[in-house]
Amino acid sequence: MPMAREIEFREALREAMSEEMRSDPRVFLMGEEVAQYHGAYKVSKGMLEEFGPRRIIDTPISESGFAGMGIGATMLGLRPIVEFMSWSFSLVAADQIMNNAPKILYMSGGQFGCPIVFRGNDGAGGQLGSTHSWCVESLYANVPGLKMIIPSDPYDAKGLLKSAIRDENPVFCLESERLLSIKGDVPEEEYVIPIGEAVIRRPGTDCTLVGFGRTVYFCEQAAEELAKEGIECEILDMRSIRPLDLDAIVTSVRKTNYCVVVDQSWSFASIGSEVAAEVHKACFDDLDNHVHRVHNDDVPAPYSHDLEQEMLPHARKICEAVRSATYNA
Amino acid sequence: MSTTTTPNLKAHEVPIPELDVLKSWLLDMLRIREFEVRAMQAYQNKLAGGFLHVYNGQEAVAVGCIAAMRHTDPVITAYRDHGHALARGLDPKIGFAELFGRIDGCAKGKGGSMHFFDRDNHMFGGHGIVGAQCPLGTGLAFATKYNDEVINGGKSDSVTACFLGDGALNQGSVHEAMNLAAIFDLPIIFCVENNRYAMGTAIDRCTASGDQITNRAVAFDMEARTIRGMDVIEVYREMTEIVEWVRSESRPYFLDIDTYRFKGHSMSDPRKYRTHEEEVEFEANDPIDKLSRYLTSSKLMAEEDIKAMSKSVRSEIREAVAWAKQSPVPDVSELHHDVYADVWGPFTGTSLPRYMLEKRSGEGGDADGA
Ligand SMILES: Cc1ncc(C[n+]2csc(CCOP(=O)(O)OP(=O)(O)O)c2C)c(N)n1
Ligand SMILES: [Mg+2]
Repeated sequence: MPMAREIEFREALREAMSEEMRSDPRVFLMGEEVAQYHGAYKVSKGMLEEFGPRRIIDTPISESGFAGMGIGATMLGLRPIVEFMSWSFSLVAADQIMNNAPKILYMSGGQFGCPIVFRGNDGAGGQLGSTHSWCVESLYANVPGLKMIIPSDPYDAKGLLKSAIRDENPVFCLESERLLSIKGDVPEEEYVIPIGEAVIRRPGTDCTLVGFGRTVYFCEQAAEELAKEGIECEILDMRSIRPLDLDAIVTSVRKTNYCVVVDQSWSFASIGSEVAAEVHKACFDDLDNHVHRVHNDDVPAPYSHDLEQEMLPHARKICEAVRSATYNA
Repeated sequence: MSTTTTPNLKAHEVPIPELDVLKSWLLDMLRIREFEVRAMQAYQNKLAGGFLHVYNGQEAVAVGCIAAMRHTDPVITAYRDHGHALARGLDPKIGFAELFGRIDGCAKGKGGSMHFFDRDNHMFGGHGIVGAQCPLGTGLAFATKYNDEVINGGKSDSVTACFLGDGALNQGSVHEAMNLAAIFDLPIIFCVENNRYAMGTAIDRCTASGDQITNRAVAFDMEARTIRGMDVIEVYREMTEIVEWVRSESRPYFLDIDTYRFKGHSMSDPRKYRTHEEEVEFEANDPIDKLSRYLTSSKLMAEEDIKAMSKSVRSEIREAVAWAKQSPVPDVSELHHDVYADVWGPFTGTSLPRYMLEKRSGEGGDADGA
């Protein structure tokens, strides 16, 4: 029986990076405040002490510069992990991370791959207002050439991040500041989780809930509530967005005949709309209603506490969507 | 084409290389010029599409700078990249195949004129977004230093040349890259090909302190100088001093190279923003004529030899064009190849371009490794 331990999400991320850095000298971490400050969110705490300043590198506030520097370094065989203090700040590096990282393999006709990991907080934190609350998943998932993972618990965070560091492609790892302190079982033994495989968080028969990252928790709250009404939801945690495990969704929807997608980014041209389109195509004859979608409200993130909470794709909205989808409204 | 020199020789002490080397520079410059002339022709004949930015007039910059470097020292540049790729050793026929969108191109016809990559010759592109190559260039310098010092436990021993235009100086990413290079002590030379124009915008219309752009280096605590870029020998001697200083100090350098582009910005440029007199004045400074005159006046080469060289370059380039024309267009299966390194969904993985694979199989083994 493997030893189970409970560790925080942030520790799981740290373990993933540290283990990969121990086994591969080409891997290094850079970003704002990752070294002496121990990471703005303490993800890299202690790593400077173990690996030294040549491999745990504090950068200036210069996202375009250091993102590009990481990408350039991959062309000579290094495998950087670039931390964005928040994915919100990655927007100023958009050219580097959208144009160069995912396209250099193609533009160079196969000469240069780009094995790099970009990671950091994504989505609303606590009342940070509109500039700091970006959900970049739909925006970036649009780009071919990159992979995207959005883990929801410590076990997945560690296993997926290790896979990401070993991947030969650029991988965007989106974490939620709201989840960094949650604890979960993580074995002492080494393991990896392949990118592109969803997992069933809660089995159910009446409606498929598709979530990823923080929305998995909203789905769980909603499922508890709906169970009291006799509606048993099956929750799928996608974990990876690119590649997206469509097979897992289809299998579940063929069983439940109903589907609600819960996506914390805006609805227009989003992962939610993509999932809906694909499920409609693959499950046209299995669905007893169209796919319903729950998103962030289509507004900039407000500062005021109650408004911000209301904006999120929270449990009440999910419950309403499930009732409506399953004709229980 | 690497030349060994004693570190930290001053430019004026750098010996003028032997005749063979000078001849090879002349050959390189003639080849670049002829390549561009034929590229323009091909563009007019619709053999090449997209944007085409030619290098005529600036040949001494790429040839002189690259001659001062080791072959393994990384080179990266913007979209006006044919000259750098050829100076680095790219076979012109592979270049034309790329321009024509053919499978034998350096990027299998997926990159085009603005994205010439040639890994075996340590040429890291060809980048279409103004300034975007500069953070990448700092990454190359970071990586050589990291490989030398952190992984191999030795001393930093490579120098990266990151070429950019004068117009790129106003791009934020360039400033970020210079700052990063300075704080991390990266062995990189920002080689500004100051041809005085960014498309139709003269430098004094868009660049503060445009008459003395080395001022910018001061802000980044970076050594800098301005050199004349129309004389390949002068470029080589200055660059040699700088390359060896950067190599030994592991510090960045800002090099302002005064040059001129003889043709328009791209093929659609009517050049209304500059006078004919100005163009004539600069054309009198043709870097190819300059080296030719040097060689003939110092009796190292006869006029006839140079004519013969020119003639042989013309036929080499003509053959390269013909070869590229018969290269097939990429099969549609190429569309989903090289998107990801691995195979999933519609994606079929990746592989090196044909000319590299052939070279490797010719060498009888996998000599892969960047
Ligand atoms: C970010 C960005 N903005 C605009 C362009 C369009 N553009 C291409 S080249 C160019 C001028 C650049 O001039 P310079 O840096 O001096 O280089 P040169 O063409 O003279 O070699 C412009 C505006 C671009 N490619 N990228
Ligand atoms: Mg210019």
